[in-house]
Amino acid sequence: MSNLALKELLYKMADDLLVFGHRNSEWTGFGPLLEEDIAFSSMAQDKIGQSQALYQLLHQLGEQEPDTVAFTRNANQFHNCTLVELPNREYDFSLVRHFLFDTADALRWQMLMQCSYTPLAQLAAKVRGELRYHTLHANTWIKQLGSATEESIGRLQQSLNELAPYALGMFERSPYEDQLMADKIFEGEKALEARWQQAIEKTLAQTQLTLPDWKIQTPHVGGRVGQHTEHLQPLLDEMSEVFRIDPGAEW
Amino acid sequence: MLDSGKSIGPLNAELLSWLEEVKDPEIPVLSLVDMGVITQAEVDGSVARVEMTPTFVGCPALEIMKQEVEQVITRHGFTPEVTVSFREPWSSDKMTEKGKAALKKFGLAPPPASAQVFHDLEILESATCPRCNGTNTELKNPFGPTLCRAIYYCHTCHEAFEQFKPV
Ligand SMILES: [Zn+2]
Repeated sequence: MSNLALKELLYKMADDLLVFGHRNSEWTGFGPLLEEDIAFSSMAQDKIGQSQALYQLLHQLGEQEPDTVAFTRNANQFHNCTLVELPNREYDFSLVRHFLFDTADALRWQMLMQCSYTPLAQLAAKVRGELRYHTLHANTWIKQLGSATEESIGRLQQSLNELAPYALGMFERSPYEDQLMADKIFEGEKALEARWQQAIEKTLAQTQLTLPDWKIQTPHVGGRVGQHTEHLQPLLDEMSEVFRIDPGAEW
Repeated sequence: MLDSGKSIGPLNAELLSWLEEVKDPEIPVLSLVDMGVITQAEVDGSVARVEMTPTFVGCPALEIMKQEVEQVITRHGFTPEVTVSFREPWSSDKMTEKGKAALKKFGLAPPPASAQVFHDLEILESATCPRCNGTNTELKNPFGPTLCRAIYYCHTCHEAFEQFKPV
């Protein structure tokens, strides 16, 4: 089994969850409803916890301490997809992103339950239960607002069209795809992407939203190899401010 | 015999009885044993080895509970070796019947069997009210004040209540 391939997979998942968890936490105190405030804060807590568990697995494979890895790297050393780093903007934008990301994330963890690397398969079995609530939340609101008023449908549709290329960037192929499959670690980004498209299609079919034509999109790739938008570095600076001032601080 | 689910590790009954006094800080009526988060409890000479698993991966109370377990073991004159693992991931089905009864008394609806939820999330749309046992209830928010709780509204009592989420 190749550690490089496994580490690349763990890093991109952990970084996705850390960055997206931070974006979710930015809704605390700003949600359109108190309930949504609580939902995004809870999901943030879950995601940051899951990222820590993944950094812990990396640590066991010889990488640095989870806090060091999370808080001392620069943007070009992060492997998250660009979808998760975009600023929150309006609620509809955040909701569509939450739907697109969490649908993929839940499927990814589900596939990893069969992972030959046992610690990751065990973590997947645990995380899967938690993510049910994230996808339930996303699907409930997408179905509700995606069939509500002309305005809500229009806003969601615009966000969906705008986010489609970024969403496809989630499945940027790794240089280790073949190896991950051969080692039975992960079935690969291509297989995940196909399942994700089906799942997205199934939910959107229950709304008045139009599915983007995936074939005509140019995926926004680069995130997996450290090429990010200008939005990631300021997020990391803010997140790591406390850590950089006092690296020994108790969390 | 202590009822703590099907555990893969050995469970020393005496050690478990000491751990009964450590409660979940968010739900002070529920011990770690009743919660089902102790997946191994073993005495080996002067060492008491305990393996725990979090209810939710991001559970902020885990570190506090771990420290309390260590203190209890030390107080009984043993050297604690407490580890956290996902070897045997927690699910709400691991909660003991005694734990579920304590939850209900505390005013929190106990979790239904999680296997049902995996097949049909619609089961979450209603729960049994811990006050009146009524089922004319409605899910208000799958996310509550802590990671492990969801918020419901009881149309009989006309009041909100919380359920310990099945996972
Ligand atoms: Zn009631």
